[in-house]
Amino acid sequence: MYTPEFDYHKAGSVAEAIALLISHDDARLLAGGHSLLPLMRLRLARPSTLIDIGGLGDLKSISVHGDAIRIGALTTHGEIAASHDVRHANSLLAEVAGGIGDPQVRNRGTIGGNIAHADPASDWGTVLTALEASVEVQGANGSRTVAIGDFFQGPFATAVGENEIITAVTVPTLTHHEHDTGHGHGHGHDEHGHDDHGHGHEHDHGGGGLAALHGEVGEYAKMSHPASFYPVVGGAVIVNVENSRCVSARVAVGGLVPTPVRARAVEAALTGQELTADNIAAAVNHLADDLGAAIIGDVFASAEYRRVVAPVEVKHALFHAIGLAHH
Amino acid sequence: MKVPIKVTVNGKVCESEVEPRTLLVHFLREELGLTGTKIGCDTSQCGACVVRLDGATVKSCTCLAVQADGMAVTTIEGLAQNGNLHPVQEAFWDNHGLQCGYCTAGMIMTVTELLQRNPHPSADEVRAGLEGNICRCTGYHNIVKATLAAAETMAAAPASTTATTEATEATGG
Ligand code: FES
Ligand code: FES
Repeated sequence: MYTPEFDYHKAGSVAEAIALLISHDDARLLAGGHSLLPLMRLRLARPSTLIDIGGLGDLKSISVHGDAIRIGALTTHGEIAASHDVRHANSLLAEVAGGIGDPQVRNRGTIGGNIAHADPASDWGTVLTALEASVEVQGANGSRTVAIGDFFQGPFATAVGENEIITAVTVPTLTHHEHDTGHGHGHGHDEHGHDDHGHGHEHDHGGGGLAALHGEVGEYAKMSHPASFYPVVGGAVIVNVENSRCVSARVAVGGLVPTPVRARAVEAALTGQELTADNIAAAVNHLADDLGAAIIGDVFASAEYRRVVAPVEVKHALFHAIGLAHH
Repeated sequence: MKVPIKVTVNGKVCESEVEPRTLLVHFLREELGLTGTKIGCDTSQCGACVVRLDGATVKSCTCLAVQADGMAVTTIEGLAQNGNLHPVQEAFWDNHGLQCGYCTAGMIMTVTELLQRNPHPSADEVRAGLEGNICRCTGYHNIVKATLAAAETMAAAPASTTATTEATEATGG
């Protein structure tokens, strides 16, 4: 199936891409094309001009500066999953990247393209929201930084201006490097090697032994469409744990309301609690408490279904975070 | 407005002018006559259209021909060297890794990359690596078996593996 007709321009630099955006009404940027081309084929998007930024090598980079990791907008999910720097600085990013779509999607799809598309259930949207990432956006008058909480403005709508381009995503590192717990649960974890770098505790995978749990741990769990692997509902958690007590928590859900959101009520319910299975199960029940906006539904999953599944995904993420496999 | 592109396909430089909306899979099949690559779902789910683009497997139904400009494409037709099937092709044949064959070209292209990244995969790793390829006939069992068999042959005869890898890289622009 063809897309509607469009004019095609290949940008040789970020500046040229911005100039092309300014000089063409109704133009869209084309990166890997894995969000935009399917939309165009369904006639859900019909830009008159595509500006191909796929060749902009400057936007393909991963660098760690102190306690932040900066990922160029055109870095593919596959490159993020395979990056040692990412795995050391924030293993959650690597695990999520390795669980997006399938190998071919990961070879082409980019982090910038994914968030620009702003699917309410996107893996990156949910996880970057929990991680309090920020997005670098460049326009004719220079660069600005948008906090992830301000970035998503509605389904398929972002804070990126008409003539702006996303150049990078910056994510805080996790202070604790979560190791591979070997739980083969298929929630975006892959089989990459165990990373024993820089953490000083052991999980007891038998299910008890939480007394020794320390540090910051990030996890993500999702329910995906079985054929496309598009996430339907996902939950991301970052918990800061001392002596198995939750000192602070950041929890985000995707696919529940029109944008990925922080679940503040769950965060509050977890804070100060010992992270036991019972306490976690009680905390996730608060998920819909303060979300305000209407729960979305579509052909894959009704609003009622999402309302039930979302707390389960958050619970699974929390169980993984404390080293308890779920059922 | 047509756009000029230059793509190296299976080692041969192809220059052409295409409508920007031409999908890579249509370019390969209709313009170049390389019909080994199939269109199944047409929505980047089934993997029947997988080819290698500068070495990376991609779904050619979700890639514009203009996006491949200046790059190298390897299709199923480009795997055999000097009349000898690629070890993965041999293994699919020997292990009955296909029934109707519609998914096979895409499966084989995916497996070539999988084995390049992980030359000694477990059966589970093979299954995970085939996530993007759907087969409606075999139940996957013999595809996994064929992949594991190919891994063994390629480990035992690294020369042929290297030759193919080099061929892929030589066309890598
Ligand atoms: S035809 Fe391309 S993935 Fe199915
Ligand atoms: S052999 Fe028929 S679809 Fe795979």
